[in-house]
Amino acid sequence: MEKEKWLFNISPKNNTFNLNLKEVWQYRDLLFLFVKRDVITLYKQTILGPLWYLIQPLFTSVIFTLVFNNVAGIKTGSIPPFLFNLAGITTWNYFKECLVATSDTFKKNEQIFGKVYFPRIIMPMSIIISNLLKFAIQLFILICFYLYYVFFTNSGIRPSEFLFLFPVLIVFMGMLGLGLGMLISSMVTKYRDLTFLVSFGIQLLMYISLVVIPLSLFQKKGVEWLVMYNPMGYIIEMARFLLLNEGNISKFGIAYTVIFSVLCLLFGTVIFNKTEKTFIDTI
Amino acid sequence: MMKQQDVILKVENVSKQYRLGVVGTGTISHDLNRFLAKVTGKEDPYLKIGESNDRSTKGTSEYVWALKGINFEVKRGEILGIIGKNGAGKSTLLKILSKVTGPTTGFIKYNGRIASLLEVGTGFHPEMTGKENIFLNGAILGMTKKEISRKLDEIINFSGCERYIDTPVKRYSSGMKVRLAFAVAAFLEPDILVVDEVLAVGDAEFQKKAIGKMRDISSQAGRTVLFVSHDMGAIQNLCTKCILLERGKVVLEDNTNKVISFYLKNKITKNNNYEFFKGNLFLKSFKIFNKNKNIVDLVLFDSPLVFKVVIGSKKEILNDFIFEIKIKSDKENILSTFSTYLNKYKFHSNGGFSRELTCEIDSVSLIPGKYYIDLIIVKYMEDGKLSSLSDVANFNVIESNNFIFSNKIKPMYHGNFIMKYNWK
Repeated sequence: MEKEKWLFNISPKNNTFNLNLKEVWQYRDLLFLFVKRDVITLYKQTILGPLWYLIQPLFTSVIFTLVFNNVAGIKTGSIPPFLFNLAGITTWNYFKECLVATSDTFKKNEQIFGKVYFPRIIMPMSIIISNLLKFAIQLFILICFYLYYVFFTNSGIRPSEFLFLFPVLIVFMGMLGLGLGMLISSMVTKYRDLTFLVSFGIQLLMYISLVVIPLSLFQKKGVEWLVMYNPMGYIIEMARFLLLNEGNISKFGIAYTVIFSVLCLLFGTVIFNKTEKTFIDTI
Repeated sequence: MMKQQDVILKVENVSKQYRLGVVGTGTISHDLNRFLAKVTGKEDPYLKIGESNDRSTKGTSEYVWALKGINFEVKRGEILGIIGKNGAGKSTLLKILSKVTGPTTGFIKYNGRIASLLEVGTGFHPEMTGKENIFLNGAILGMTKKEISRKLDEIINFSGCERYIDTPVKRYSSGMKVRLAFAVAAFLEPDILVVDEVLAVGDAEFQKKAIGKMRDISSQAGRTVLFVSHDMGAIQNLCTKCILLERGKVVLEDNTNKVISFYLKNKITKNNNYEFFKGNLFLKSFKIFNKNKNIVDLVLFDSPLVFKVVIGSKKEILNDFIFEIKIKSDKENILSTFSTYLNKYKFHSNGGFSRELTCEIDSVSLIPGKYYIDLIIVKYMEDGKLSSLSDVANFNVIESNNFIFSNKIKPMYHGNFIMKYNWK
């Protein structure tokens, strides 16, 4: 009898910590093609096309400024309310889109997943990346308004000297969105309740993520606990700090966010990895 | 040639359990039980129960085994056919082989890349052009971009959609979509190809092309193919070895002919409730036999064939009828008739309420393809009152060694019949 040597093996369960990154690397072309698909097909057969990327945050900012700052009278420090809101919404949108889209991974791609195998994680990863492109476009409009305020008004806005850390912040935000999204998508395969939770939860989460209401106001009213344990709150506050040099950043906040995001991604990947094997039976 | 014969895929004791019914409130409690068993180091409590998968009877357990203890091996370059009735577990097995879902227990070990074609055109996006979709679909099936670029011209050529290649796929006809999708799949170069019968959609020409391509893949490139189908003609045509699944178990594993005849013998034993003249007469059974007296629904071209019909009656004694068997190429075109009237066979009563009729055909001259059978009874004495039954049976004529039917020329081009002839 010759020794049995097998290159591959299909077994009942995935190894919990074997993320099979080698395989993901083999499928990198697929990742790229999914990103391409998402980008080129999103606004096909629309008149305004990619302009929708810009219209959305602009209009939201205008409405938020009118409602929260003009009517409700929320103070945004030395920063013009519009710019304050635009910065918050642009950053928040990236997280929101990532979370909402990835949390739907298994359900939305049931058709493909049920017919052919590729590392499932390619799908949420492609969502994170294609949203990054969208985010870049929205960031561009933010920069335009930013420059306008810097050069044509005397509001005294300037970026923080730590601005170069902004991409790092985006990475952590992406990790948080991806991790949470994968976690939720894994659980949605069995318990559909979560879909409903995500769709309205994300709206509620925005209000305690410092998108429209600054941290200082929470502190003044003594309800800091509402935002203290929300990593997204810190991320938005940090984004505004880096871009507009306004807001207070605590060491606790930074550490908390970093640890939370990393854990979230790790945990999400492990659960996702466990689920991908048999989700097609329960979905 | 030892290398040719080594085992490339080994399935060891593979089982798959499914939970029936609705996923609802019970799910959490079962999940908790499982979890408890796991942390206390016990076996999964739900793996011990479960019934074999018989769709037609109501079971007592919520859990069923779609597959139970499957073992088989496939050698390099072999084309393995997997046959069985609906619900026998074929698709589940393919799903596990193509890693769409995992087995509940057991292992599958293999050397090389597995690609599965459970469906053509998976992931086609209607808004993208043909070319973009070739890349996307190819990548989904496991090709790299470089590979696809290298084969792009060939793929486009094979699909025959050159003119539309820069048009969004949503403008394609459904036939074009299938062609394009199959073209991508045809240029996959896996070591093991897993194909479901969904490939059998499309017209006869497409099917021929698909089957021809699969044979090429195996014979020229020495690749292994696992092929599931209900089409015995295709299986017979293509496969060297077959396994027969029944209720999630391998019942027989042998060469194709043996497995097919075993399967068909089991299949055509059910009694039909076909009635003539509002139930006064009824068809008790209709069977097709080959020269070896085996019940078949697959007949070799240029070989003998026997139809055996049993007619039953409720009140009257069977006498003075004209009985006809008609062969149709599809639902309408009658190709030939075997009539008791035409060759003056006197349908005499034997006094009973049941009558067996046998019609022997020396040699089947129908070209390879699928045929349907109608039965007609005419009452001679009562003004030729007529009653007929449509599609009581069907059978396939397949190629024999005496005649060469090329894959390139559709059998239909030869007409409907090939009469016996000799060249001098």
